Amino acid sequence: MSEVRLTIDGKEVAATEGMTLLEAARTVGVEIPTLCHHDKLEPYGGCRVCTVEVEAWGRTKYVVGCVYPVEADIVVRTRSEKIDQIRKTILELMLAHAPDSHDLAEMAKEYKADPEKYRRESSFCIHCGLCVRYCDEIKGKNAVTFVDQGASREISFIPEIAAKECWDCKECFPLCPTSALQAAYVLARSFEDVG
Amino acid sequence: MTQDKIDQIIDKFEAKPRALIMILMDIQHHNRWLPKEALERVSERLGVPLAKVQQIAAFYKTFSLVPKGDHELHVCTGTSCHLRGAQKVLDTVYEVAGIRPGETDSESKFSLTAVNCMGACSLGPVMMVDGQYHGRLAPSKTEDVLKNVK
Amino acid sequence: MQRIGSPEKLEEIRKAILEARDPKASSIAICAAPNCHALGNGAVVDAFEKEVKAQGLEGKVRVMATGCLGFCEMGPVVIVNPSNICYVQVGADDAAEIVSQVANGEKPIERLLYADPDTGERVEALDKIPFYREQSRILIGDNARIDPTSLEDYLAIGGYAALSKALFAMTPEAILDEVKESNLRGRGGGGFPAGRKWETTRNAPGEEKYVIVNGHEGEPGAFMDRALFTGNPHLVLEGLIIGARAIGATKGFIYTRHDSPMLLANLNRALEQAREAGLLGNDILGSGFDFDVEVHFDVGIFVSGESSALMRSLEGNMPEPRPKYVRTSVSGVNDMPSNLNNVETWANVPYIINNGVEWFAGMGTEKSNGSKLISLSGSARNIGVVEVEMGTSLKTVVETIGGGVANGKKLKAVHFGGPMGGSIPGDMIDTPLDFDELGKLGAPMGAGALLVIDDETCMVSLTRYFVEFLTKESCGKCTPCREGMRQMLNILNDICSGEGRPGDIERLEEIADTMSVASLCSLGKTAPDPLRSALRYFKAEYEAHINEKKCPAGDCAIEAN
Repeated sequence: MSEVRLTIDGKEVAATEGMTLLEAARTVGVEIPTLCHHDKLEPYGGCRVCTVEVEAWGRTKYVVGCVYPVEADIVVRTRSEKIDQIRKTILELMLAHAPDSHDLAEMAKEYKADPEKYRRESSFCIHCGLCVRYCDEIKGKNAVTFVDQGASREISFIPEIAAKECWDCKECFPLCPTSALQAAYVLARSFEDVG
Repeated sequence: MTQDKIDQIIDKFEAKPRALIMILMDIQHHNRWLPKEALERVSERLGVPLAKVQQIAAFYKTFSLVPKGDHELHVCTGTSCHLRGAQKVLDTVYEVAGIRPGETDSESKFSLTAVNCMGACSLGPVMMVDGQYHGRLAPSKTEDVLKNVK
Repeated sequence: MQRIGSPEKLEEIRKAILEARDPKASSIAICAAPNCHALGNGAVVDAFEKEVKAQGLEGKVRVMATGCLGFCEMGPVVIVNPSNICYVQVGADDAAEIVSQVANGEKPIERLLYADPDTGERVEALDKIPFYREQSRILIGDNARIDPTSLEDYLAIGGYAALSKALFAMTPEAILDEVKESNLRGRGGGGFPAGRKWETTRNAPGEEKYVIVNGHEGEPGAFMDRALFTGNPHLVLEGLIIGARAIGATKGFIYTRHDSPMLLANLNRALEQAREAGLLGNDILGSGFDFDVEVHFDVGIFVSGESSALMRSLEGNMPEPRPKYVRTSVSGVNDMPSNLNNVETWANVPYIINNGVEWFAGMGTEKSNGSKLISLSGSARNIGVVEVEMGTSLKTVVETIGGGVANGKKLKAVHFGGPMGGSIPGDMIDTPLDFDELGKLGAPMGAGALLVIDDETCMVSLTRYFVEFLTKESCGKCTPCREGMRQMLNILNDICSGEGRPGDIERLEEIADTMSVASLCSLGKTAPDPLRSALRYFKAEYEAHINEKKCPAGDCAIEAN
């Protein structure tokens, strides 16, 4: 593996080819905030909170740190007025779902996000997909999945699989940044009991 | 729909996981909706997790996970039809049949789908009833069309 | 048809087809596309066929059910060749009279000719009708000359000559150079140079390479691609095979709509015919080049037209755009280099190979060459499928071809590009049809869906409609797009119903800024464009809704307090 040299927040970084910006930043102690990222799972690029600024060949672009691979000689900035504004808006949009989430509240402080900015939504889920991906990639059970599309997209347990697999597992519970998962699971169970 | 028929469709696509969408489309085409047993069979034969089959079935509006009515209504809600009064057509369908897009009435006579642009913009607003176009629909004309569906 | 094993054999067969035909024999082309079909032309076609038999004219007068003839507003349309007469609003009852007129070379039937709506004057020749007069129907014009289910017809008008030339008289590099030099730009939306995209895929490493036709056309108000593809499937196929040769692809995919029965029937038949004739499959025309295609259908969601989502869908996966920062032209279907162009882009290729770079570059503006298909809809008097030279002013398209605004209303704006496009006000209508000019004005051409907006249409309500459309048609994976549009729609709903509050415009702008930078794919990145253009040119209308609780267009149902 060859070495790739780049700059992150003014620090010279010697990264390994194939690393993401997120990983490379960590080697020099720069933390990029994430919500949908998990070290054991494939990069997802869904929440977009880890958006950073990349300057390459005289052009500036905005990419997500959890997916974008290191490239030689690029200059990466993990904070700027524009990035902070993007993170603030993303957090405000998520806070409309989960105003009481501890993880979100912590980040909201850092980025001065206003939880009341947008209309409150009934579902807690912020669609990070951690439960869905963990169940697929690590457990290979696929007991929980996304259904529907666009603004109607939500997570849903497959009752037949959930009834067999979930009671003794529950490993996805602590992954959820909003506690919405548990509600969804209980809901699936209650349907089963009725049906 | 019998398991044989489902298997026939799966065999036609050599049970390739890549043909998942095409297989579901074929089942939908023959049966007009996707019963749970069909999804399970497809999952089993293709070796694709049931959750993924369900995810795809639930994602696309063309697939129906509940039985459809005897007659399929497609109301165009593309931009041109929207400007020319597609909402009034939808409202009239609701008044006559009591259904909104995505629904089937209690007697299973009609299923209603809102679609994007049928490519018949000069006729807007347009509704298709069982594959037959009806254009330039004012509310009274919409009502007549629906009443004439046997 | 027998297998054609060499370029000489192709020309022999072409000659035989032409010799068997009487050049003076007339043909009656009856539009069989959705608009005309909806107006009952199934019966019209039958009536003409019966009439030809009844009058004993088989072999002398040919009746063809063709692809879209463009003038949807006046359908069912009938075009008589070679006399070039256009009859409009033809019914089954008119068949006897028309057949007799054509067979006996009588004077055209006055009452079925197009009448100028202002003067009432009848127009006989197709190319004198204002709708057709200003057009350059290079790609779509052949729809009137061929039966889309006949390979013979396509060969009779010179079909597959470009493929033969590309395979036997040109190297793959020469084909690529030709397309690059022509500056053919992608007709699907971005306007990216097709040749450069081809080159990327050609140079990218990969065991297999793919070429793909994007025939998804999910944008509401866009119906020109299906008009072309249904009416002349071999043209698109020929372009695809030539592209495959230049790129070094052995496999192609055609991704198209599942809900156009005639398109599917014509396309599948064309593929069978091409395989049987040795124009597709192994050893095409005896050249040693192998290439075949698979047809896939969209299952009804807009996001699957996005290139990486489309490719995920071809693999049998969810049509979610890939988060990777690798172009699909380098790593697409099955992670192999994959070149995607839309129907119209591919259709241009045989013309460029046949007629050369100078011919193509001679049309249009400096950086937008050739012709462009447009589907004209909304409040235009003449709705239909239009093809004009690039650089034609929008005024010509809207006022001359489109006949101006219907029902005596005034032109307020024109909107290009559907839910990811933008509007410009009516007083800027002198702008030429040019990728870059329109882009600068915030109304990029997109695939070519042109919506004419009258003065009784509310721009806030129209934006609301587009946003609502996309909340249902996106995949829902990334936060800015999913949540951004959800909240945008909340705010726009409020404004339209008189519940708007000061600060709403700023909140909309904040969401738009985040979406356009941080969304995962181009759908989310361009979804705020209609809002941006509306705020750029029609901000006063938003302010009137919010501050005065008034809808200036009288379109929104705002309760007077």
